[in-house]
Amino acid sequence: MTIDLKTIKHISKLSRISVDESKAEKLAGDLNSIFKFIEKLNELKTDNVEPLTSVAETTLRLRGDEVKSENIKEEIIKNSPKENKDFFVVPKVVE
Amino acid sequence: MSDLTAQTLVKLCKNIKEKKVSSTEVTKAFIERSEKSKKLNAYITTDFENALTKAKQFDEKPNLDLKLPGIPIAVKDLFCTKNVKTTAGSKILQSFTPTYESTVTDNLWNAGGILLGKLNCDEFAMGSSNETSHYGNVQNPIDENLVPGGSSGGSASAVAAQLTPITIGTDTGGSIRQPASFTGTVGLKPTYGSCSRYGIVAFASSLDQAGPMSQNVEDCALLHEVISTFDNKDSTSINFKRNNYLQELSKNIKGKKIGIPKEYRVEGMPKEIEDLWQKGIDHIKDCGAEVVDISLPHTSYALPTYYIVAPAEASSNLARYDGVKYGFRAEGKNLIDMYEKTRSEGFGAEVQRRIMIGTYVLSSGYYDAYYLKAQKVRKLIKNDFDEAFKQLDAILTPSTPSSAFKIGEKKDDPVSMYLNDIFTVPVNLAGLPGISIPAGHDAKGYPLGLQIIGKAFDEQNILNIAYAMEEKIGFKNNITDWWIK
Repeated sequence: MTIDLKTIKHISKLSRISVDESKAEKLAGDLNSIFKFIEKLNELKTDNVEPLTSVAETTLRLRGDEVKSENIKEEIIKNSPKENKDFFVVPKVVE
Repeated sequence: MSDLTAQTLVKLCKNIKEKKVSSTEVTKAFIERSEKSKKLNAYITTDFENALTKAKQFDEKPNLDLKLPGIPIAVKDLFCTKNVKTTAGSKILQSFTPTYESTVTDNLWNAGGILLGKLNCDEFAMGSSNETSHYGNVQNPIDENLVPGGSSGGSASAVAAQLTPITIGTDTGGSIRQPASFTGTVGLKPTYGSCSRYGIVAFASSLDQAGPMSQNVEDCALLHEVISTFDNKDSTSINFKRNNYLQELSKNIKGKKIGIPKEYRVEGMPKEIEDLWQKGIDHIKDCGAEVVDISLPHTSYALPTYYIVAPAEASSNLARYDGVKYGFRAEGKNLIDMYEKTRSEGFGAEVQRRIMIGTYVLSSGYYDAYYLKAQKVRKLIKNDFDEAFKQLDAILTPSTPSSAFKIGEKKDDPVSMYLNDIFTVPVNLAGLPGISIPAGHDAKGYPLGLQIIGKAFDEQNILNIAYAMEEKIGFKNNITDWWIK
């Protein structure tokens, strides 16, 4: 399998990372060599193997649904790149 | 008291407790040495003024029962530190100042530790040479223009150069053990679930673990004792009985069974590493332990599995960097354009590459062929270890397939860079603890490490084996302070 420029464009859209032509070509080269390396896994038969999703073989703990922090709006907003004391600000979405 | 920075952590704690030296004197000594060592580029952010203030406060009312009484500590810049900038080595977090503290660093400060600053690392911990950091390369104190390894490269460099008595790093595929091996220091990757992930900038959540990096095994045991706690704020934190790792440290490993996996004798491995491994085996036998040849048949599939699982989790974890809530933002024509430009300008090449790999293996039509397949192979790799540990106490391997390389040497070939982690990655995939200890030098005089892998939650056992081997090996780091003029 090879990853072509069309696929790179598609992944870049899904990843929300803009990619220009020269970068796309470099990425295609890198990804192809990485996937060639990854394809070694096809040597193994895994039809009857259970996938491992977590090494910690415990069920997730439940906890009470309690409010632990109050009035931290300022803290939450503090690192926002566009300043506004009440909200996160983004480019206009609705015309 | 001369040469405070050359003292081990255990010695510094003892001297402070016996009032032979103050926290202020110790803190000053490490700050002075750090300031003379800017050429190493180990720090991204320093917090020296606050450190001195805190040291003075400690000395005015010293609590000498603490485990790290007034000890200054620099940490990897992947741990969120309240009111101190945390970048994860990325441009996208260049202006991020957390309003909360990670549990692991909180444990350090509660034990009496004092923050010196934040140490350089590969961007989002993705790298094996510290060359993907937005904040520049880090020099290995062993030799000029030599990488310190990665991703905890600044941490390894800072401990080896004695800019901090100890440090903490994080290890997703080898990011503590490989740089420890490259700098002649000790690095422990604990069992998954041993140290809380709360407040650590996430890379691959099913693999990430924080752990101690130090000059020797005793210091490593003490630091691990402080940072390993159960934490409700991390849903995968595990509540098991933790040891008093330093107090229970013992060189008696008589009768322990240590496995030597034949699959780790990889093609093209330098003879010096083969010899180093054999010497390690001899040392273990000298200590009265038994050595057994074993097989971990799926070892060669670990790295390809890792390069599906880790990028998949990373692509999901890094979706949060969108230029809206925190960090860097690039202006765009509309919302989507703003997202795409922010991520394209804010992330470096390696991070973008991994997000793309991850997005691809999770995308419709490819999920089963790549991601599900990798999860199945991950199970086989874990089964190999489970089977082996039925008759073993630990496994001994080299830490890395080579010694440290030159800056720039592997930068343009991602796959050859990835091969650095060939001996460390299986341990993360199986969630086991592994420790790298310095074990010798190659012909160039560069340090080489050996790795001891243990059963889950059996950190005490691998620390003990490391402690016994450390004495037999008698390793000395050749550091000449070449960067201080």
